[in-house]
Amino acid sequence: MALLEVTNLVKHFSRKRGLLAPPSIVRAVDDVSFTIEEGEMFGLVGESGSGKTTTGRCVLRLIEPSSGHVRFKGEDVLSFSRSRLRLARRDMQIVFQDPFSSLNPRMRVGSIVEEPLIIHRIGSKRERKARVGELFDLVGLDPTQLNRYPHQFSGGQRQRIGLARALALNPSFIVADEPVSALDVSVQAQVINLLMDLQSRLRLTYLFIAHDLRLVRHICRRVAVMYLGRIVEMGETEAIFASPAHPYTRALLSAIPVPDPAAPKQRVVLDPASFQRDAPLRQIASGHVAAV
Amino acid sequence: MSNSGSWRLAPGSWPASAESDDSSHTQQPAARSQQPLLSVEHLTTGFDINGRFVPAVIDVSFHVDASETLCLVGESGSGKSLTALSIIQLVQPPGRIERGRLVFKGRDLRDLPERDMQKIRGAEISLIFQEPMTALNPVFTIGNQIEETLRVHGRATRRTARQKAIELLDAVSVPEPQLRVRDYPHQLSGGLRQRALIAMSLACDPSLVIADEPTTALDVTIQAEILDLLRSLQKQMGLSLLLITHDLGVVAEMADRVAVMYAGRIVEEAPVTELFSAPSHPYTQGLLASIPGGAPGTKLQAIQGTVPPLGELPPGCSFTPRCPRRFEPCPKAHPGTTILPPGGSHATVERNGSRIPQVHSVKCYLYSDRVEPDVREPGTF
Repeated sequence: MALLEVTNLVKHFSRKRGLLAPPSIVRAVDDVSFTIEEGEMFGLVGESGSGKTTTGRCVLRLIEPSSGHVRFKGEDVLSFSRSRLRLARRDMQIVFQDPFSSLNPRMRVGSIVEEPLIIHRIGSKRERKARVGELFDLVGLDPTQLNRYPHQFSGGQRQRIGLARALALNPSFIVADEPVSALDVSVQAQVINLLMDLQSRLRLTYLFIAHDLRLVRHICRRVAVMYLGRIVEMGETEAIFASPAHPYTRALLSAIPVPDPAAPKQRVVLDPASFQRDAPLRQIASGHVAAV
Repeated sequence: MSNSGSWRLAPGSWPASAESDDSSHTQQPAARSQQPLLSVEHLTTGFDINGRFVPAVIDVSFHVDASETLCLVGESGSGKSLTALSIIQLVQPPGRIERGRLVFKGRDLRDLPERDMQKIRGAEISLIFQEPMTALNPVFTIGNQIEETLRVHGRATRRTARQKAIELLDAVSVPEPQLRVRDYPHQLSGGLRQRALIAMSLACDPSLVIADEPTTALDVTIQAEILDLLRSLQKQMGLSLLLITHDLGVVAEMADRVAVMYAGRIVEEAPVTELFSAPSHPYTQGLLASIPGGAPGTKLQAIQGTVPPLGELPPGCSFTPRCPRRFEPCPKAHPGTTILPPGGSHATVERNGSRIPQVHSVKCYLYSDRVEPDVREPGTF
């Protein structure tokens, strides 16, 4: 059974244009459906504005979707009451992109990681402290640094703190929203290795949101490509990289700078007239669909 | 002769014709045409913090030849942006240039009075910043801003400026330039803003363009367009490009030569093909190895540890604590520069009808026990 099942998810934002003009509708997420199996790292790629972050947040109900269904472990997340949703959030967490703005600068990092345990009233004070130490170990931080403030850590270490906070409640599912794009190249690989390591040790399932296709190819078995609020192609990562079917996917793949000066440069320029925006996804090969 | 042994990579010292190779280690006054467009020599720039001088760019030397692209690669905090600001003399206090020469077209920019520097800045050397939204003034149209550059440098009059601005926007492939010229920055997409900024930087036919992470804020498809644009403009106008980036993919696509910076120093410099085929410094090797690309799902080869903070550089080679190949001399003194034997066909490059020798140099004890004299005076930092 799929751990997460998203069907026909829609999020429209309306934007006021003036006193008398009707508000304009931004279709940030437009009829998006996908499933994530247990223990899988599922990639969601697209450019800024394609709706990938909004999708990730709708899944956790950090943003209320306009319509659609999100089923997590068979239960309909969108029908949850406030208290039921709070309980569900123990099981589904998020790691944010920016390790600088996502940690409260006035809290000690130990308290930041402990906070979810306090909110969910888990354990005694002593048990919580022990758990925080355990989490620090788990993400490769020195537990003797619990009393420091976020600014005393580097970007990579801060991302580990964010990850420890997300793991505090033992979730089974994590939305990782561009978790390494703000990090230095030499540190990105460390954090990616940690994410993969935790995946196998804790049987975590990830929705991995990214724009770095090289990275997604390396760590995600399946991937969905979003363009203007819709999934235009989805399937096994290798199949999509080997034979991209949608014009947008082709343009995106050809735009990745290859770290090899001898590699031939063949740019595919996206011609918006070459496809219909609302074409339905259809089967290209087994486990590979595209909106063409 | 420079004070750090044979380390002097100003290729003006290299004859443009490869025959007389005996002059490679002597500083012959080369003919003007053979001098590099820009040569940075022993640049040290840093910040005065609490009465202490903390260097962020340490004894950096490199050169940019006419119509070539030099990529400066490094992580945040490695000093690459500060190097760019030093070149155009825009280091603001508490930052200051401690020492070094910045020879541009035969003149040391540090000797020029600010009035003369203003004539060079934006005209002969122009800068493209990373974030086009903050580099453009939000209350003026992009047309106004391009015209201002033209008029300040006397390249157009009030009458002709508008037409010239439209031509420039057209040259950087902005669609409908006669309409766009009247747009404010917020009305343009990120890619168009970056094009407007490029148009502005090209307004006065510069001979050197310094582009500081020009595509980092952009999506990958837009990045591809901007890189293509920069490359074709460079070819058309014959300008030199000093491209600052952290993305080795961008380096591979754009560079003729690459200088790798770590903790304020250039640790390796090489022609682009050689840097990727035979990376020599353990840091460069680590950077290249950490790029995802192996078998899916396998562990990435991460460089352990983190970049040391500015004021707390370890003694000796700054990379020592993170280096998988460190050995006994590394923490003692900073390694000097070793010029590696030329690697096959990359030894020279054809440019402007002459063959220019290419140098692959590295600062690491794996290649030589040469020690670099410490530029830090005891007690100062």
